[in-house]
Amino acid sequence: MSLLLVLEQLLNGLQFGVMLFLIAAGLTLVLGIMNLVNLAHGSLYMVGAFVCAWVSLQTGSFLLGLLAALPATALVGIAVELLVLRRLYARDHLDQVLATFGLILFFNEGVKIVFGARPLRLDLPEWLSGSVELLPGVPYPAFRLAIIAVGLLVGLFLFWLVARTRLGMLIRAGASNREMVQALGVDIAQLYTLVFGLGAVLAALGGVMAGPIYAVEVGMGEPMLIMVFVVIVIGGIGSIRGAFVGALLVGMTFMLCRAFLPGLFGLFLDPAGAAAVGGALASMAIYILMAAVLIARPRGLFPAHG
Amino acid sequence: MTRSDLVALIGLAGFALFPALAWAGGVLWAVDLASRMLIYGLAALALNLVLGYGGLVSFGHAAFVGAGAYVVAILSFHSMMGGSILGYGGTESGFVAFALAILVSGLLALAIGTLSLKTSGLYFIMITLAFAQMIYYLFISLPDYGGEDGLSLWARSDFGPLDIGDDVVFFYLCLVLVLLFALLKRRLVASRFGWTLMGLRDNERRMCALGTPSFRYRLAAFTLSGAVAGLAGALLANQTEFVSPAFLSWHLSGELLVIVILGGMGTLYGPLAGAVAFLLLEFALKEVTEHWQLALGPILILVVLYARRGLWGLVEGRKDG
Repeated sequence: MSLLLVLEQLLNGLQFGVMLFLIAAGLTLVLGIMNLVNLAHGSLYMVGAFVCAWVSLQTGSFLLGLLAALPATALVGIAVELLVLRRLYARDHLDQVLATFGLILFFNEGVKIVFGARPLRLDLPEWLSGSVELLPGVPYPAFRLAIIAVGLLVGLFLFWLVARTRLGMLIRAGASNREMVQALGVDIAQLYTLVFGLGAVLAALGGVMAGPIYAVEVGMGEPMLIMVFVVIVIGGIGSIRGAFVGALLVGMTFMLCRAFLPGLFGLFLDPAGAAAVGGALASMAIYILMAAVLIARPRGLFPAHG
Repeated sequence: MTRSDLVALIGLAGFALFPALAWAGGVLWAVDLASRMLIYGLAALALNLVLGYGGLVSFGHAAFVGAGAYVVAILSFHSMMGGSILGYGGTESGFVAFALAILVSGLLALAIGTLSLKTSGLYFIMITLAFAQMIYYLFISLPDYGGEDGLSLWARSDFGPLDIGDDVVFFYLCLVLVLLFALLKRRLVASRFGWTLMGLRDNERRMCALGTPSFRYRLAAFTLSGAVAGLAGALLANQTEFVSPAFLSWHLSGELLVIVILGGMGTLYGPLAGAVAFLLLEFALKEVTEHWQLALGPILILVVLYARRGLWGLVEGRKDG
C-alpha cells in the first residue's frame, strides 16, 4: 500500500510542480529580462481562472472557457503593461513592489465587482473528469495527468522558444544588455510588451488548470504568487530551467510533506499533536527549503546571468 | 532644532490635544482610530530604520508585529485559562508581557536577520517575505491558540494604576511610546551608528573598504527594528483586544512599506505622517464605498509614480543630493 501511496503523492507533487512552473515561467522572464518585480502576476492567474469559469458556466463548455481565458488575460496583461508597468522598469524594486501591490488591491476588488464575491465553480467536461488506470489497481485522475502533460509541453516549448528562435535570442540579448539590443535597432518596448503578454497567457493557463482543483475565488492568486516567488528564487531569477527545477522541487516538497509528515510525527506524538505539528511543518517546509537554498547559494540554483 | 523637528512637534502637540477635541466634538470613538494611527506609525518608524536608513527592503515586518501581538495574547490566554507555555503560566501584567513581546520579536529579528542579511536586493525582499510566511503558517496551525480564527483577549494588559482599558489612557500610552522611539531614532540616526548605516546604504563597497563590518551594523539595525515592531504588535493586540494570523500576513508587511513610502522614506517623522494619512484614507474610502480597495490600489500606484519623497518631502523642502 505505502509504495502506491508514495507513487500517487509523487504524481500529485509533479502535477502541482508543473502548475507552479506555468505561472513561474512568465514571472521569471519578466523579472529576469525587464528586471521588474510583478506582484500582480497572481492577479493575471486569477483573471484567467475567473474568465474560464464564467464562460464555462455560460456556455457549458470548458474548452470555450479555456479559449476565451487565454486571449482575455493576454489583453488584460498587455493593458497593465502599457498603462502602469512600463513606467516602472527604470525604478527600483521597492517602487515596483508597492505599485504592483496596488494593482493586486485593484484587481481583487475589480474581480469582486465584475464576477461577484462568491467563488465560481469550474466543472470538468466528461472526457477529463474520469480517471486513468496507470498500473493495475492504481487509478489517477485524468485531469491531473492532463495538467502534467500540458505543463511538460509548455516547458519544452519555452526551452525551444528561448534557446532556438530569433525571438528567444532577442529575449536573451535584452536580458544581458538592454541598451546594446536597442542600439542594434530592435524595438525593445515592443519586445517587452510581447514577453509580458506571453507571461500573462501562461499565468491564465495555470489559472484554468487550477480552477477545477482549487476554488475559483477572489484572492486565489496571492498564496500561489508567494509560492511562485519561492520557486523563482530557488531556481535563480530569470532562468527558465531554474524555474522548472525549482517548481518541481517545491511541488514535490509540499505534497510529500503534507501527505507524510503527520504520519511521521505520529510515531512519537499523540495523533492530534502529530497532525498539528506535521501540518505546520508541511506548510513551512517550502520556506525552509528556500531559506536553505539561499543560504547555500545566495543567487539560486541556476543564476541566469551576471 | 530643524524645520522638520518643528513641524513634527506641532503635529505631536496637536495629536496630544486630540482626545479633548474628540470629546468636545462628541466623536470620542475617533480616539481609538488615533491610537491605531500611532501604533501603525510606531511600526512604520521601526521599519524605516532598516528601509529608509539601511536601504534594506524588508517585506516581512508583519512577522515581528504579529509575534509581539501573539506574545501578549498567549500570556493573557494562559493566565486566564490555565496551562502554560514553555513552563510559564502566563500573565496579565503589561510590564512583563510588553517586555517579553519586545524580547521575543527582537530575538526573532536577530535570527531572521542573521540568515537573510547574507543575501541582498531582490533576494533579500523574497527571503524576508518567506520567513514571515513561515511564521504565519506556524500560527495558523496552532489550534491551541485559535489557528486561523485567532485569539481574543479578555481585557487589555494590566499596567497597575494605569488603566489602559480606557481608550484615552491607552491613546496617551501609545503617544508616549511613539515619542520615546522617535527621540531614540533621532539620536541614533545622528550618531556614528546611523552614519555608518547610511554609508552602507549609499556605497557598501567603499564602506567595506574602509573596514566597516557591514553585516554586524545591519544586523543590529534589523534586530532593533524588529524589537520595536514587536512593541507595536503588543500595542495592536491591546487596541483590537484580538489577535489573528492576519497580523502576520504579507498584507500587513505591504501596508507598512506603503506607509513608509507615503510618509517619506529615510525621513525622521515621515512614517508617522504616512500612518496618519494611510489610515485616514482607508477610513474615508470605507465611508464612501465598500469597494474602497478599488480606489486605494490606483492611489498607491500614483503615489509611487509621482510622489517620490512622500509627504514629509513637502515638509523638509528641497534637499540637495
